[in-house]
Amino acid sequence: MITFKDLSLVYPNGTPGLKDVNVTVNEGEFVVIVGLSGAGKSTFIRSINRMVNPTEGELYVEDENILDLKGKDLRKLRTKVGMIFQNYNLVNRSSVFKNTISGRLGHTGTLKSIFNLFSKEDKARAYNNLKRVNIEEYIYQRADQLSGGQQQRVSIARVLTQDPKLILADEPVASLDPPTSHQVMQYLKKINTEDNITTIVNLHFIDMAMEYADRIIGMRDGEVVFDGPVSEVSEKTFEQIYNRPIREDDLRGSDTDDGEE
Amino acid sequence: MGKYLPPKPHQTQKRIRNLIIYTILAIIFIWAFKGVWDRADWSVFNNLAEKFQRVIPSLFSPDWNQLDKVWEKIVETVFIAYAGTLIAAILAVPFGFWAAKNMVKSPIWNTLGKWFLILDRTFPELILAIFFVITVGPGAFAGVLTIGLTAFGMLGKLYAEVIESIDMKVVEAMEANGANKMQILFYAIFPQVLPEFLSFALYRFEIDIRASTILGLVGAGGIGTLIVLSAANRNWEQLGLILLGIIVVVSVIDFASTKIRKRLV
Amino acid sequence: MTEKNKNQKSKSNVHSLYPRKLKLQITWIFIIVLLFYFYSLYETGADFVTLIVDFDKIINALFNKMLPPNWEYISVAIDPLIETIQIAVVATTFSVLICIPASLMAANTIVKNKFIYQTTRTILNILRTIPDILLATIFVSLFGIGIISGILALTIFSLGLLAKLLSETIETIDPRQLEAIRASGGNIIQVIWYGVVPQVLPQFISYGLYVFELNVRASLVLGFVGAGGIGTIIDTELNFLRYQNVMAILIVLLVAVIIIETISNMLRRRVV
Repeated sequence: MITFKDLSLVYPNGTPGLKDVNVTVNEGEFVVIVGLSGAGKSTFIRSINRMVNPTEGELYVEDENILDLKGKDLRKLRTKVGMIFQNYNLVNRSSVFKNTISGRLGHTGTLKSIFNLFSKEDKARAYNNLKRVNIEEYIYQRADQLSGGQQQRVSIARVLTQDPKLILADEPVASLDPPTSHQVMQYLKKINTEDNITTIVNLHFIDMAMEYADRIIGMRDGEVVFDGPVSEVSEKTFEQIYNRPIREDDLRGSDTDDGEE
Repeated sequence: MGKYLPPKPHQTQKRIRNLIIYTILAIIFIWAFKGVWDRADWSVFNNLAEKFQRVIPSLFSPDWNQLDKVWEKIVETVFIAYAGTLIAAILAVPFGFWAAKNMVKSPIWNTLGKWFLILDRTFPELILAIFFVITVGPGAFAGVLTIGLTAFGMLGKLYAEVIESIDMKVVEAMEANGANKMQILFYAIFPQVLPEFLSFALYRFEIDIRASTILGLVGAGGIGTLIVLSAANRNWEQLGLILLGIIVVVSVIDFASTKIRKRLV
Repeated sequence: MTEKNKNQKSKSNVHSLYPRKLKLQITWIFIIVLLFYFYSLYETGADFVTLIVDFDKIINALFNKMLPPNWEYISVAIDPLIETIQIAVVATTFSVLICIPASLMAANTIVKNKFIYQTTRTILNILRTIPDILLATIFVSLFGIGIISGILALTIFSLGLLAKLLSETIETIDPRQLEAIRASGGNIIQVIWYGVVPQVLPQFISYGLYVFELNVRASLVLGFVGAGGIGTIIDTELNFLRYQNVMAILIVLLVAVIIIETISNMLRRRVV
């Protein structure tokens, strides 16, 4: 369970990122955060693993206020929280397998990790997770030889390998084409339901949010302006969130094929 | 322990090649460290504190009375670098064109130009300085020639790379215009390459100031002679002043040159 | 006909192609550069006229004094040459090892602490201004004559250069690749090992080879100030005006430099 209590964030240069956010995310939920770019979606997500530092309020992850965590404790929090990025953020020159197993770094001693001494269980876990996203055939290829969708699947496998209680995904499909986008979202959804991992995803595509989310949080100018289950959401809700009529490019388009590459 | 992982693709050839490279590298390292270990005179570490005590305090209390002498030599060093670099920067232009693939039609002729520049770069400064001191006699002029010749090789190569990277469409357009070779050179090529030429020449000037300090070792002018002399006379205060002077002058010139280069490109 | 017209037109317009002010500026800079040049020719006693007029005499003098090289002396030069190469290998190894922490501390993508970053930068910048000869002289005066001084001097000399090159490379890496490892709970060493190293390794090897080549050349200088290597015998033979022996040493050295640079280029092409 994650609880935001009057959480605010002002960046060092003075721009406000979050204003008085109060949200509770329950275990196993699939939450999609929508909003225009600059609305604070990314700041919201990155507060949870402290990639950014909120300046006021409280933020509880599993009943622990994480705002004061430092050093080792902070890294321990981050091992519990997996993150997926818009640009996949794989180490280009390393192999798919090395990228995947790097999800275990938080659980592995520094010395061991320098000499690549991961336990058999860890290696098996990494391989298994590559299988779960159907990318195991590329295991020894360099990451930059893969297509965007494949790289994002590797990054999902990496996150799974770290055995997270919670997955954060920051615009995971913004750099992908429609069929691949749906494929990636389907994997995320599948993992969410099968493993009961709480998942929070930033999206700016309305149709995708509607299709995959259990619950939608709308943000504008750093504030939460809507919070409710998908069933309560209509086109009107989005117009309120975006503060303008819905346009063509707010939609990703439908899943035209089965998403197999 | 079973097949928890698929086997790595077989790359025996690559593995053998890597093994050979690593073995050779290991042999080289062992050979070098062993050699140095045997040759080293370990007694230099005896009563180190005493030696440091003798040298370091004086090194950090520069003898300002020597300022005139030191300054004169530093200025000479800068002049050697300046004159040498400027000659090289101009001479390297035709050679840069000669060694640029897109400017010379005949590949053999072009390769010849490249090799000429490579040959020139092979000579360490000190070797050239020795040649010039023997031929034109000791003095700063030998230094100018040395710096000119070494800078020439590097600048020629860099110029050629700049020329190879220009937009040939402009040249084509001018050719279609009926412009002659000289016109193309001045209107299509020079505007594209001149800022980078100047920038590289300035960069080489920075290098040459440092390079000019060693010329004095073989009598080719500059501060080098004074460095060796003050060490031989155990005049650490003077050496300290030289050190300070060089740090200041080189820093100032590096700073100015970096500023200008940023504006150029 | 029309083409020709155009051409003439553009020619007649040449004078108004650039604004007056810029032309004036360039003219001034040009004059200053030129004046400074003539002054420095005067200062350095440069005499290109004699050089060109008496070119044949000069070449003759060179050949008479230095040729033929004393081939027998080559056997004497081999051991100092080996010493030179060994010094260069050891010094390069040390500077490569030291430059890793130094360049990480001088890269603003890794170190967020402004003070550490600026201090390391400043120290490295100052180091880089000191020429090899001065470092060698100082180390010889501190430690005394011998190759240990030479190794120390070369280590410091190449450290400045190597750390600058490497830290600049580290500053241009893709920070997103580090972000992911940080987000999965990796500590700073794991971030460096899994995120930074794969990105910079090829350039790093290439820089190492480059610095090794520089060190072979620079170790020539060492001998002149008593810090070991082949420079020692060059200095001696020069002092005794035995130019034919000097020529023999130079030939050996040149061959060694060419071989080393060829190998180094081969290795570099393999990694980059």
